[in-house]
Amino acid sequence: MSIAYKPDETFRDDFVYSNSDTAILRFPFPFIEDEYMYSVNIEPHVRGGETGAFEAVFDVDEHYIAECRERAMVLEQDPNRCMVLPHMMTAQWDTLELIMESLAEDYPEDFTLEKDGDAWTWTNRPLGIKDSFVFGDVDSLPLEPFEYITRQAQGDFTLQDQRENNLFMDGGMVTTQADWSLEFDLGMSFHEWHGPVPVAHEINVFDRALQYLLRLQYGNPVRRLNWTMTVNPRLDTSPENYPIWGPDRTTLTPENIGGKLHLRVELQTLFRLPRSNAILFGIRCYLASLDELTRVPKWGRRLHRVLRDLHPEIAEYKGTTRYREMAVDYLSQFDDGEPTSPGIGPDVESL
Amino acid sequence: MIRHDPLMLRVSRIESLSPTLRRIILKSADNEPLPVAGPGAHLSLTLASPKKVYRNSYSVVSFSGDHYELIVRRVEDSRGGSAFVHENLKEGDLLPSTVPLNLFPIQVGSRKRLLIGGGIGVTPLLSFAKVLQENGDRFEMHQFVREDEKAVFENLVQGVGSKNIHIHTRRPKEGEIQALLEEQPLGTSIYMCGPDGLMAAVDEAAETLGWPENHVHREVFGAAGGKPFKAKLAKSGCELEVGENQSLLEAIEEAGVPINSLCRGGACGACMTSLLEGDPEHRDHFLNNEEKDSGKLIMPCVSRAKSAQLVLDI
Ligand code: HEM
Ligand code: FES
Repeated sequence: MSIAYKPDETFRDDFVYSNSDTAILRFPFPFIEDEYMYSVNIEPHVRGGETGAFEAVFDVDEHYIAECRERAMVLEQDPNRCMVLPHMMTAQWDTLELIMESLAEDYPEDFTLEKDGDAWTWTNRPLGIKDSFVFGDVDSLPLEPFEYITRQAQGDFTLQDQRENNLFMDGGMVTTQADWSLEFDLGMSFHEWHGPVPVAHEINVFDRALQYLLRLQYGNPVRRLNWTMTVNPRLDTSPENYPIWGPDRTTLTPENIGGKLHLRVELQTLFRLPRSNAILFGIRCYLASLDELTRVPKWGRRLHRVLRDLHPEIAEYKGTTRYREMAVDYLSQFDDGEPTSPGIGPDVESL
Repeated sequence: MIRHDPLMLRVSRIESLSPTLRRIILKSADNEPLPVAGPGAHLSLTLASPKKVYRNSYSVVSFSGDHYELIVRRVEDSRGGSAFVHENLKEGDLLPSTVPLNLFPIQVGSRKRLLIGGGIGVTPLLSFAKVLQENGDRFEMHQFVREDEKAVFENLVQGVGSKNIHIHTRRPKEGEIQALLEEQPLGTSIYMCGPDGLMAAVDEAAETLGWPENHVHREVFGAAGGKPFKAKLAKSGCELEVGENQSLLEAIEEAGVPINSLCRGGACGACMTSLLEGDPEHRDHFLNNEEKDSGKLIMPCVSRAKSAQLVLDI
């Protein structure tokens, strides 16, 4: 089925952004039950499952063209949002191969990869790109391979080198992040870059997750969902730009919160790369307003309960302190106290 | 492209290198492109002899887009998978295999790599030498072989940076390994593969000289499986055989007994199950040491049994 792209959407200034019914129904709602706590919520990244967002290796949706344009704008203002350490060149090619092959296989109408030995031709129809290059020859592409391909994908990506029984964030393309900085984290180890996260260290989430990832195997990618909240459908909530988006939080009122406050979900995928043995971490960001989400009755009930009972330290870390009470009050109208079914699925087929 | 096990491969060529060494070239049997095998990766092949099914792991010596190259040694007096490869395997045969798994990758950040191999342990080191040579990385390789195999090994290393490769037709002499390590520049890492005796000698020399542990790497094959054992499920009244290449979780699922799972890698806790009897071999990262020692809990997605049987409370 071809995707109805919305090329005129914007993620800044006038915020022209919305989700179609299809997009709402395939939204990867992150709560499997009515309460939320950090855990090692990792599962095999296999096709299918409770949300349409799990159907492809790298999910492409109606926001694709607009998101790629937003990324290009961020990079123009701040080229350091894409950085890869020199020893990660093999991982760059591994990434390019994985993303091109996956997009071409999952979306044959939109992407094509032709190979004749190392002579490859890549066609990206939605963005109007066609390039021929030699796999492995950096000079044959207009940009380094990692930047070249991640400019054509939704969501952020980081590259982790594995050594000394640890993972090091030795590269990334980070323009749609929830308040963390690649420039700051570059070169850090798994526990170092997770330093600011509360609660999870004490319950050993990171020790276990690291042990698991060190054993991640090629051909067996895994995924997890993570979430936070963002005022306005803004993709670039970086620490560098805090002065621009921080004040958005003061603009919320009980009247506008339903349309302005967005649940921000990250579909995180992890792939072992074959030549470099590095790990590619994909952080695919989905935004939906409270008003969009509450059209699914189960999600309205559950979001109300999760936010109401959220662990205070986690609530603060996610930056929700200022408006959480207002959001919970607003959402209470969608919670009739009925029980909810387990799992993340919407339980309805149309809206 | 993401491919899952099993990969269907076809034996495209078999070449005898010596009375005990065979080169096997494997191609895709279904015309699907082959997943990449990076330096240090291995394949676990399912070798079905008329009597027994073997699952043997072999390092990929080279990968070139459309084929994998393996070298298989016939182990003396062996009746196992390697004997099958030497006596029964023919060109054109189909071989199910795992997707290449790499537990012996080249790590970045070394000033120099010292590769030490014994006998057939040359196979992963050949894949290293090729890549290090291509990238212009500094390395030195020492390969210990039998006198009568000198010519074969010299042939194998042809073209992969032979000026850095030394073939010795004997076992290392007393103190030789230590002397070799001593002359390496600071920041060198060791990659070794060979008989246990040789690897122990390298470990000992590295320890004596105070080399950091994470500068010493050895070949490991995937330890997903293990010895077969029995599992009794007390509540559902099932008795299961857990096979060599199967997890306890998979065996329970196959028997149709409901059990939770998520990560399938011993980290999330979803599959935690009460253990009533038996001696578990814990392989997870979820239980703490106290819980492991208590012997009352097990994570069936990765853990196995030391005793012949486990009894689970499901
Ligand atoms: C190699 C892959 C990973 C990378 C690159 C990564 C990166 C990050 C970063 C940059 C943050 C933000 C920290 C900050 O506030 O500055 C974060 C948060 C977090 N990460 Fe990871 N992470 C990875 C894997 C995982 C895994 C496997 C887990 C599994 C449990 C995990 C759990 C978390 C949690 C719970 C948070 C807090 C999120 C929130 O409450 O919004 N991470 N991660
Ligand atoms: S399924 Fe996650 S620990 Fe077993």
